[in-house]
Amino acid sequence: MTTQDVTIRVNGVECHATTETRRTLVDLLRDELGLTGTHVGCEHGICGACTVLLDGEPVRSCLMLAVQAADASVETIDGLGTPEELSPLQQSFRDSHGFQCGFCTPGFVMTTLALLRENPDPTEDEIRHTLSGNICRCTGYQSIVDGVKRAARAGLGSNAEVLR
Amino acid sequence: MPETVELLAQHGDDAKILAGGQSLLPMLALRLARPAVLIDINHVRELAGITVNGGLTIGALTRHRAVERSDAVAAVAPMLAAAMRYVGHDAIRTRGTLGGSVAHADPAAEAPMVMRVLGGSIVATSVRGRRTIDADTLFQGFLTTSLEPDELLTEIHVPAGAEGSGWSVNEFSRRNGDFALVGTAIVLQLDDGGTIAGARIGLSGIAGEPVRATSAEAALVGAAPSDAAFAEAGRAAADAVNPTSDLHGTAAYRKHLVDVLVRRGLREALARAEGDR
Repeated sequence: MTTQDVTIRVNGVECHATTETRRTLVDLLRDELGLTGTHVGCEHGICGACTVLLDGEPVRSCLMLAVQAADASVETIDGLGTPEELSPLQQSFRDSHGFQCGFCTPGFVMTTLALLRENPDPTEDEIRHTLSGNICRCTGYQSIVDGVKRAARAGLGSNAEVLR
Repeated sequence: MPETVELLAQHGDDAKILAGGQSLLPMLALRLARPAVLIDINHVRELAGITVNGGLTIGALTRHRAVERSDAVAAVAPMLAAAMRYVGHDAIRTRGTLGGSVAHADPAAEAPMVMRVLGGSIVATSVRGRRTIDADTLFQGFLTTSLEPDELLTEIHVPAGAEGSGWSVNEFSRRNGDFALVGTAIVLQLDDGGTIAGARIGLSGIAGEPVRATSAEAALVGAAPSDAAFAEAGRAAADAVNPTSDLHGTAAYRKHLVDVLVRRGLREALARAEGDR
């Protein structure tokens, strides 16, 4: 078993781990760092549930080895609001009934976070194109799209920090 | 880079190059690939970047997202930039690399098809030196290229489009971002009188490798661009392919898609060529 020491900045906190080189980033986040907000769905890049931001850009954390994130900055759903106080973006999803079983939600929220930071006022086509990489098996897409529109209308994207 | 090719020379067939990992990691997860050694090239900085030199030289490690958003690519090879929009989704394109797509040689992928239609080439580097391989001889069948086990794909060359030419890229897939059932990449060149002087039609998803619809191309050269000529080309392209049936579509359906997408793509390419004259 080959292991490697890595330092990864996760949600603003420097984390050190000694990890197997074969381990994926999502497994490191969940099993070694205890950050279980990121969900593992298909484990081969189809479903989008494990989407996190790597140096600000959306990536599938099941399609990266943990050692490849060394010295990078990773943002996960765990860094957003708390159960008592949702982040404004999470609140927008909730107000639009954008959650059903919730399994896909972390991926949708992180994908939306990246979208609104870059494009605070997306068209519906742009929203649907961006979200097409995430699968919701409850098929609650309409209310998820509504949640993104609600966040955009509230102007959350134009002050990117507010999204969190 | 010297260290990378040294490692490849040492491990050869036992090793796989890990670039963006957007095809390799799923293959590892599904146990379709079990390499003894992974060589991660993500820190080999000289492999990333886009240079304009008449045409384009694109480092193999350049991400799909960077190609999609590059002003240089949009100016010199807009077909390539447009094709990137069909590569998976945002979170795939942020990691996936152009060189990885070309070396992986998936028959339904965009980059191999565009390389064949634009007459591109790659540079393969090994401890034995560098050589250039034309796209026409690079793709050898399903997930197979003429790269030797000790060779690293380091650069991609794409020539600039000719004056008076127009292009189009189209794909049909059942869900946005899925692999194409059929994809087309087309370059149409008009002479000063508006007659078709050249046509290059690439098809993805219907054979083990990206193919050219040569009978349709031949039928177009010398013709005046018209719906009738494009319909004949669409039929010729569909007649020439022998796709297989699978869960996602029957052979007959794929042939129908070839016909429709070739006709549609020719109309789009014509509009761009006329705008360019």
